[in-house]
Amino acid sequence: MNDKAPISRGFGSGRRAQTPKDRVPPGQYVTTDFPVLSAGPTPQIKVEDWTFALQRGGSLIGKWSWAEFEALPQTTIKTDIHCVTKWSKLDTVWRGVTFDDLLKAAGVGEPAAPYIMAHCDGGYTTNLPIADLIGAKGMIATRYDDLPILPVHGGPARLLVPHLYFWKSAKWVRRLRIMEHDERGFWERMGYHNYGDPWKEQRYDGD
Amino acid sequence: MTATETATASGRRLEWQVAEVSEIVIETPHVKSLFLHVTGWQGHLPGQHVDIRLTAEDGYQAQRSYSIASAPEDELLTLTVERVMGGEVSPYLVDELRAGDRFQLRGPVGGYFVWTVATRGPLYLIAGGSGIAPLMAMLRHRERRKAPVPTELLYSSRSLEDVIYPEELDAMAQHDRNLHIAYTLTRKQPEGWVGRRGRIDKAMLIEAPFPPPSKPNIFVCGPTPFVEHVSNLLVELGHDALAIKTERFGPTGA
Repeated sequence: MNDKAPISRGFGSGRRAQTPKDRVPPGQYVTTDFPVLSAGPTPQIKVEDWTFALQRGGSLIGKWSWAEFEALPQTTIKTDIHCVTKWSKLDTVWRGVTFDDLLKAAGVGEPAAPYIMAHCDGGYTTNLPIADLIGAKGMIATRYDDLPILPVHGGPARLLVPHLYFWKSAKWVRRLRIMEHDERGFWERMGYHNYGDPWKEQRYDGD
Repeated sequence: MTATETATASGRRLEWQVAEVSEIVIETPHVKSLFLHVTGWQGHLPGQHVDIRLTAEDGYQAQRSYSIASAPEDELLTLTVERVMGGEVSPYLVDELRAGDRFQLRGPVGGYFVWTVATRGPLYLIAGGSGIAPLMAMLRHRERRKAPVPTELLYSSRSLEDVIYPEELDAMAQHDRNLHIAYTLTRKQPEGWVGRRGRIDKAMLIEAPFPPPSKPNIFVCGPTPFVEHVSNLLVELGHDALAIKTERFGPTGA
């Protein structure tokens, strides 16, 4: 165990313009690009075939077609996003349906169970506490920069939970399942942190 | 997916360790391999990566992820790094770093883009440029273990001088009838080039010895547009999307 950092002579000359520390979490760098990280091929889903479901335990409590989903109240947010692979992107603009509005549309007052599993096309899953979605903290986004989200970036719809590392903002989301007990999702089972707060640098298990 | 379970069993924190550069090998005009000695390295699975952290004299730090190119059986940990123009970390690693230098590293990380000789079924590897690095870890592991797993590598490079590990790959294929390697050069081909020309297309993928019914384990690694293109073609050809594991890097091109 050696936490002493050796100095790299001559390193740092090519460093990027310093971004205020209150904008960029530790270990991150700012990019203007929009990198793509996915574990498999990009699912190509037509909105005509798309549905979105909300489940509590095993029972379905809400289901929407694309047109029905588009008719729900729409919210626009501007936010910074932080990927566990070290890039951060500032001032990204998303539009979609907040989790609060989704619950309301399903006629659910209080979520009644503390955890969520997001299920996606391609078999991807991710888990998070429901508290991290309510109060306008999370949404199902269908637009990026006013345009439909490209398939490589999770279109037609992705979860957006920008205060956690971006793997929690699951691409190609199709179903949210409210759970009594926490379960681990895809990356969370593979050694990544169960919660993933970028400001605490919770990249991997035990961080 | 037993490999996956092995990769993630711990739950302990991945601590920063110090890596010392033992040797640097020039692979191509833009690519070098760093051979690292890491005291107490806990081992890795082929396909996994590490995080590295560099510290400048004024305390400024930067982190990046790099795939491991060496086999778990090898003594030194190898990272193969391509210089990204305008990059902050890769130009330092490729142009400034010297044998004897030290920096921080932690890992291994990632349990999905992983293959070991214990995995059933043929192995089908498709690399674009420096995307060969994690696939090389798989090929080296396969060779060290003398595993007769039927394996195809389809490797796309810009030009012959951009091909990484050519001698080692040819030597591997020469004495192993279960390993076949096909190269394609996209921009420039030398006179008398008998390999393939141009970007990977449907025809090249159909020629590969593993049609969908043979249920190969497919690993695609390279720049984002390359991986998108190839993995979409594989799905169109009827390969099971869940059998295609991908690792993308660099800008989207979009």
